[in-house]
Amino acid sequence: MNLARTTRLLGREVAAVAVTFLGLLLVTFFIGRVVPIDPVLAAVGDRAPAEVYERVKVELGLHLPLHEQFWIYLRKVAAGDLGQSVLTSNPVLVDIGRVFPATLELATLGTIIGVSLGVPAGVLAAVHRGTWIDQAVRVVGLFGFSVPVFWLGLVGLLVFYRVLGVVGGPGRLGVAFDDIVDPITGVILLDAALRGEWEVFRNAFSHLILPASVLGYFSLAYVSRMTRSFMLEQLRQEYVTTARVKGLPERRVVWRHALGNAMVPLITVIALSYANLLEGSVLTETVFAWPGLGRYITNSLLNADMNAVLGGTLVVGAVFIGLNMLADILYRLVDPRAR
Amino acid sequence: MAARDWLLAPTPGSRLQSRLGQAYLRWLAFRSNPLACVGLAIVVALLLLALLAPLVATHDPLAQSLARRLRPPSAEHFFGTDALGRDIFSRIVHGARITLLVVLVVVVTVGPIGLLVGAVAGYAGGALDTVLMRVTDIFLAFPRLILALAFVAALGPGIENAVIAIAFTAWPPYARVARAEAMVIRNADYIAATRLQGASPARIVLRHVMPLCVPSLIVRSTLDMAGIILTAAGLGFLGLGAQPPMPEWGAMIATGRDYIFDQWWVATMPGIAICVVALGFNLLGDGLRDVLDPKQGQ
Repeated sequence: MNLARTTRLLGREVAAVAVTFLGLLLVTFFIGRVVPIDPVLAAVGDRAPAEVYERVKVELGLHLPLHEQFWIYLRKVAAGDLGQSVLTSNPVLVDIGRVFPATLELATLGTIIGVSLGVPAGVLAAVHRGTWIDQAVRVVGLFGFSVPVFWLGLVGLLVFYRVLGVVGGPGRLGVAFDDIVDPITGVILLDAALRGEWEVFRNAFSHLILPASVLGYFSLAYVSRMTRSFMLEQLRQEYVTTARVKGLPERRVVWRHALGNAMVPLITVIALSYANLLEGSVLTETVFAWPGLGRYITNSLLNADMNAVLGGTLVVGAVFIGLNMLADILYRLVDPRAR
Repeated sequence: MAARDWLLAPTPGSRLQSRLGQAYLRWLAFRSNPLACVGLAIVVALLLLALLAPLVATHDPLAQSLARRLRPPSAEHFFGTDALGRDIFSRIVHGARITLLVVLVVVVTVGPIGLLVGAVAGYAGGALDTVLMRVTDIFLAFPRLILALAFVAALGPGIENAVIAIAFTAWPPYARVARAEAMVIRNADYIAATRLQGASPARIVLRHVMPLCVPSLIVRSTLDMAGIILTAAGLGFLGLGAQPPMPEWGAMIATGRDYIFDQWWVATMPGIAICVVALGFNLLGDGLRDVLDPKQGQ
């Protein structure tokens, strides 16, 4: 692999991402402009005299032509200024920094659950293709594409919290455990472990495990389905036959050789499913009263706090794009043919 | 067996016979997949339910009766009653109309747009292709529900705006599929022949490229319908989709949320309806893909 080629590829990747991100900004800007709420009116109230109205309009930069407004918006975003939240009267970026770790915690554990169950399930389905195992994995997967996440969350709360009492209820911590641990990273599990507060850790985990499992199920559905199809592709290849002829144990052929190669495209799938969980967290967080980015967006939405909504959309979109780019780069690094 | 022999004749006498024969073969392949048949049955049942809603429903879906609020499932109220004493079974039956309407409107608007964008991009190639696909990628790079949320936030809640928002976020995958097809078709000999006969690019795309993209788009849209149902239900759940007292399934779950621990049926029943219908579309789409597009199947 020569350096010039790699640089060129990387350059193209970065350019593509930059264009996509610009498009994202264009869309959020556009949405902000079509809002029926007049931002000037919202700021001055409907009793304000015409000259006040005009002055505020100029202050907000709304008298400028659209492309100039967009340029100003771009410069603001580049400087990390997403405007102020009407609801909390904090800068939106500060708010998001505060709520994001909770979402990250949820989505990460969800992905871990989904991948650690989904990959083996997909491999088994491919190896036992056409049998009841295959059908079972298929139905479990398809069900994951069919069940509303918020409903699964509610039913999960009913069964595991109310009836069985094996998990904690809504929220991140029980009331008794609030404010014991000073945040270091904002991820409660990590913070509690770092400070050695194992009671808090256990309580936080009991609250986290149900929403994370609900999200993890969706990741499982997607990952197992893709694993199955990648594995089927690999098991057809001649190197698999060769390995068998050489007398390698079947277990080694499947789990080492075939899965090893299937992992290459799976990296992309896992990154995508991680990104999808960020989206799924919007509804999950609402159900579980989880104080993360998703609930921040929906709360702001219901209160017509447009700066917060668009800021949140922008951050989720940016993370989404970032994960996609990461998946692409990893794919190139791992698969020699894609270099 | 005469009809079967006629359909399977090795030398069909007319174009119609040949086409019907092909369709019959596909049906045979489809029929051998039990899960796909379950899916078809569910979708047909949904259609009938939506069509015959007033006949199937046992109560008026909007009639409130506070004396009968939060009754558990019984012979009189199959799925119980909600907080306003409305019959949940009847509301679910009428809700089938809303769900079906949302799905159909979205697919009917999104399919042709995606088809046109994809077919033009795939056939034209070059700069036009790059620009169109960049735009598509930008929309694909968004999490769908969040984009729909932002749109509804801007347009205001309501079922029409929810449909617009979903349509706005749903078209890019269709364009992708159509483009992939068009890029293959572009190099076919018969397209070259048509071009030599002097057909304009517009004519080639409209008459010769787009029709051939349709089967993959049908598969794609069937598989997409479950996603549309879930997005619409999600918006409804957040109070941004269908507004009360409309019996929309997602909004019904939201009203049952406060009673989930003690009157579980209020939220559970509409959720089961969503699951069954979405699963039906997924099973049907999976089966259709195996029949119409075997190369993508495994």
